[in-house]
Amino acid sequence: MAIKDYIRQRYFPQMWCPGCGHGIILNALLRAVDEMGLDKNNIVMTSGIGCSARISGYVDFHSLHTLHGRALAFATGVKLSKPELTLLVPMGDGDALAIGGNHFIHAARRNIDMTAIVMNNRIYGMTGGQYSPLSGYGKKATTAPYTTIDNDFDVVNLSIAAGASFVARSTAYHVLESIDILKKAIQHKGFSVVEILSQCPTYYGRKNKEGDAVSMMEFQKNTTAKLGSKALEKDPTLIPRGIFVDVDAPEYCQEYDKIVERAMKASQNNRVDQTLTTEAGHTCPTP
Amino acid sequence: MARLKLKEHVINRDWCKGCGICVHFCPKKVLELDSQEKVIAVRPEDCICCKLCELRCPDLAIEVVTIQTNQEAQTDQTTRMSEDD
Ligand SMILES: Cc1ncc(C[n+]2csc(CCOP(=O)(O)OP(=O)(O)O)c2C)c(N)n1
Ligand code: SF4
Ligand code: SF4
Ligand code: SF4
Repeated sequence: MAIKDYIRQRYFPQMWCPGCGHGIILNALLRAVDEMGLDKNNIVMTSGIGCSARISGYVDFHSLHTLHGRALAFATGVKLSKPELTLLVPMGDGDALAIGGNHFIHAARRNIDMTAIVMNNRIYGMTGGQYSPLSGYGKKATTAPYTTIDNDFDVVNLSIAAGASFVARSTAYHVLESIDILKKAIQHKGFSVVEILSQCPTYYGRKNKEGDAVSMMEFQKNTTAKLGSKALEKDPTLIPRGIFVDVDAPEYCQEYDKIVERAMKASQNNRVDQTLTTEAGHTCPTP
Repeated sequence: MARLKLKEHVINRDWCKGCGICVHFCPKKVLELDSQEKVIAVRPEDCICCKLCELRCPDLAIEVVTIQTNQEAQTDQTTRMSEDD
């Protein structure tokens, strides 16, 4: 299918600022879905609130634009009731790891089959450039005019520690890599986290003098390196990109099915036990 | 593998926001912004059909339509360049 068949064209041009990295992540995600040949009627995208979360309005999949930080909770509900559907959960860094941090670690711990995409622009874009748990020490934001003193999370390490069975990182600049990683993440059975470094030229870029979208993407190119590359070996201060974890682990919906089966068997056995004891006639209480 | 030949760059001027991403990162400097800050293909003959402009456009505003050796126009990616590490 053509890429235009996966979007709601009536909502274009989209609302993001010129050069916003979130648009490139949308582009990459559409390519991944197209190349995988997924039926759009079997895809559900849930999102929370933020510039990033607006992505669910643009895709022609089933979509739920929900509450700030709660995209994974809604996705969990959808997935448990219809495990055959493919769940895509794009989130901003605030959405995923500030207000939504608890949902995030617990979804990872359960290893429920869905793809969480952290559209990390290191700031709250939608509400005017407040710093986020991913801004990092020494960065500027409207709420940190003299720089932040908070350390940032490492999304990859956090996800691994929480139990995600697929964990990867890329950037908006590395769009081919992002497409490839997204395909693998969607294919993966279990909780997949894909962090994609995105640019918010309007707030993060302006506040931190990183220039326009183009120079922020040059920055993504120059400050990251592929896992296992010579560049990373030479300069360990570079941010590593690639797939960090990809393991088979028991998936939540499948485990839940097993519990249902066990409960059914147990109740059947109970019934049999009851009938037997009733027939034998000793333990049956008088009505 | 069949080589791709450029048919045309299809640019949606209503969607293009003139961010310049496609212009800056085109490996062959094929694209420029015009006086209205919309992208145009000024050197289409230099285009190597890598489609990086199309894939990196945040606004889905540029499409590189190619012709394969069998002369059929097509828009999906059959050959792709790699991006630098
Ligand atoms: C419960 C609740 N608290 C706060 C807000 C205000 N709010 C809206 S979006 C947002 C943060 C957006 O930042 P992020 O999730 O990083 O996404 P971005 O806009 O940067 O893409 C906040 C705090 C809200 N909508 N709901
Ligand atoms: S404010 Fe930032 S994150 Fe929001 S659309 Fe603009 S550039 Fe993108
Ligand atoms: S990347 Fe897209 S929006 Fe930006 S200038 Fe090129 S065509 Fe226009
Ligand atoms: S396809 Fe590649 S070479 Fe051609 S205009 Fe786009 S970026 Fe430039």
